[in-house]
Amino acid sequence: MVVALLVEDDEFVRRGMQLALKRHGHDVETAEDGEAALTRFGEGDVDVVILDVMLPGIDGFEVCRRIRERAQTPIIMLTARGDDFDIITGLEAGADDYVTKPVQPTVLDARIRAVLRRSVSDVDGVRVHGGLQIDTVSLAVTVDGHAVSLTPTELRLLLTLSRVPGRVFSREQLLEEVWEQGYLGDSRLVDNGVMRLRSKIERDPAQPEYVETVRGFGYRFRRA
Amino acid sequence: MMPSWMLRALRASSGLRGRLIGTFVAVMVLGAAAAAWAGVQQSTASLISSHTDSAAADLISRVTQVSPSVRYPPRQDSLDQLRNAVGVNALVGFDGNTSSSGFFASGWESVPSDLRAAITAQERSDDARVSTQRVEADGTSWLVIGTPVMITSPEGERAPSGIEVYAAYDLTDVGQQVDALVRGAAVTTALVLPLAVLLAILASRSVLRPIARLRATAQSLAAGDLTARSESAGVDELAQLTRTVNEMAESLQSSMESLAQMEEGSRRFAADVSHELRTPLSTLTAAVEVLHDVLARADHADLSDDDARESAELAFHETQRLVALVEDIMEVARFDAGTTQVRRETVDIAEVARECVSVRGWSDDVRITRGPARSANGRSVTVRADRARLDVILANLIGNALTHGRAPVHVEMSTRDGGVSVAVIDSGPGIPPDDLAHVFTRFYKADTTRTRAHGSGLGLAIARENALAHGGTLTAENRDGGGAVFTLWLPLGEPDASETPEEDHR
Repeated sequence: MVVALLVEDDEFVRRGMQLALKRHGHDVETAEDGEAALTRFGEGDVDVVILDVMLPGIDGFEVCRRIRERAQTPIIMLTARGDDFDIITGLEAGADDYVTKPVQPTVLDARIRAVLRRSVSDVDGVRVHGGLQIDTVSLAVTVDGHAVSLTPTELRLLLTLSRVPGRVFSREQLLEEVWEQGYLGDSRLVDNGVMRLRSKIERDPAQPEYVETVRGFGYRFRRA
Repeated sequence: MMPSWMLRALRASSGLRGRLIGTFVAVMVLGAAAAAWAGVQQSTASLISSHTDSAAADLISRVTQVSPSVRYPPRQDSLDQLRNAVGVNALVGFDGNTSSSGFFASGWESVPSDLRAAITAQERSDDARVSTQRVEADGTSWLVIGTPVMITSPEGERAPSGIEVYAAYDLTDVGQQVDALVRGAAVTTALVLPLAVLLAILASRSVLRPIARLRATAQSLAAGDLTARSESAGVDELAQLTRTVNEMAESLQSSMESLAQMEEGSRRFAADVSHELRTPLSTLTAAVEVLHDVLARADHADLSDDDARESAELAFHETQRLVALVEDIMEVARFDAGTTQVRRETVDIAEVARECVSVRGWSDDVRITRGPARSANGRSVTVRADRARLDVILANLIGNALTHGRAPVHVEMSTRDGGVSVAVIDSGPGIPPDDLAHVFTRFYKADTTRTRAHGSGLGLAIARENALAHGGTLTAENRDGGGAVFTLWLPLGEPDASETPEEDHR
């Protein structure tokens, strides 16, 4: 059973969401503020974090950053405002996805399943592209011999792009394949995911040698 | 006083500056002309009087030299002798006899009668002096001087002899001198003119500068910069006007500020209310979904109560409607606050329409015609637009056509006016003429007798705001022969040379 950590300060929202997610088959643990969330996360066995932005004390963005410092656990931000500021800040803090309040539990369940599926890949061996080595069995990625720690989303993005080097993926295709969202998804998820992936695997993220931008279309993995 | 034509010309000339300069120049030139004229008059008078004095002295000395040798009563030769002594233009008369020459060729008749009378009167008063008169003859100005000749008796008594002497002096030289004076005065006046213009410009500038500053301030105020003020210096009328304008700007600014605060307050209120509604709605959504799920799946007899199930169903759907309504109010609040962000990318408008229709399961009722929407090179027409917002517009238009019009709905694309036009046409009866002007009004319900099946009443307003946010337009009309037509027009936008993903997510 998947253990989801729901961080939400409003008691009734917390209880309602917990009830609904339980019915979707998740084991839901809750935390009412950032401190409690980090403490619970530190105890381990959390598969996915559902994180409200507006929290007393340490806010959701900061909790997200602190979790990212030590783990690649999938994080879904729960934004109340739907403001672009919230979305961008959340993605930059390292979140994998976001949903806007009030969210239907069915939708949230689908997002949770999507971020968790990203950890599991279609495996076929070790891919070597210059200094970049991707082991699709152990899911280990090394750059010039150094191990790189990727979140499930980043890993899935890298695996999808590198499956067919040279092929151009549109943002919509990547949204569908990596984030499992249809054409109405937010293309900023893709752009931000690519940005974070580049910062981890590229020697110079401003001059990418693996993940290239194809202007007006999307992204492709450079053919060796 | 200025002549009326000058006033008219001044009024016609360009505004305050023109009038100010015109008046100033006119006053200066008139002043200079008057001064010159007075100077010329005075000079002329003194010129003539000095000429007259010297001529009279000359005449008297000549007469005095000759008169002792004249016998009394004089004969004709004595008269001639006297006349020769006086000069070329002279007349000497005694009773009926005259000796005359030059100017006086026609005898007594050539002597001005007033002068003759004056001389005759002097003879009787035995206070003999010279008398003068200016005469115009044959286009020449003459000075005629006359004097009675006195004789001194052996006893030393002076008495009039009855002889009158007249002499005429040509005043042409004096006239030329006067003309030269007049010319000099005219030249002086003419020289004053440019100086007057220069002074007028300088003076008008100093007067007009504060006015120009005031105008700039007024323009800034009109353009919306309510912080614009003019510097007021001094205590004159302009400074008072400046202070008045500043006070006006002050009160305008403060009332605009309070108005903006009120408007901002009501906007914030709408945004805050809908934001606050989100938290309880989150709980409600989750709880109602559980309830609905439990009752829908319930197999137990005690949970299969139809009324409870229907209640859960209603609560579930109404919660979803409430959520949609709150989302729409939030969206409108963002448009009002100007915080809406349009993330443009290159999109194929026909593809977006196709996706929009298929995702919502409308494919059977909607026909998309993309024939004319092709560019010259045969490729489909793309626009620079926010894909999600474009979808919102099309979903609202097509959804509205299906709900309030009738299927089939036609979506026709064409290129027009440097952009792409998308017409959504339904097969219904069209929009009642009274409602046509209000279809984009928030919460406007076209048909009050019919309850809305779904929709917040904000859909078309949001669609229109989205079209405007793209620099486009959204209009509604009825087609001849029935059916409402909603036409979206979007500019093509900049080519995608500038498009980079790094920019897109900002």
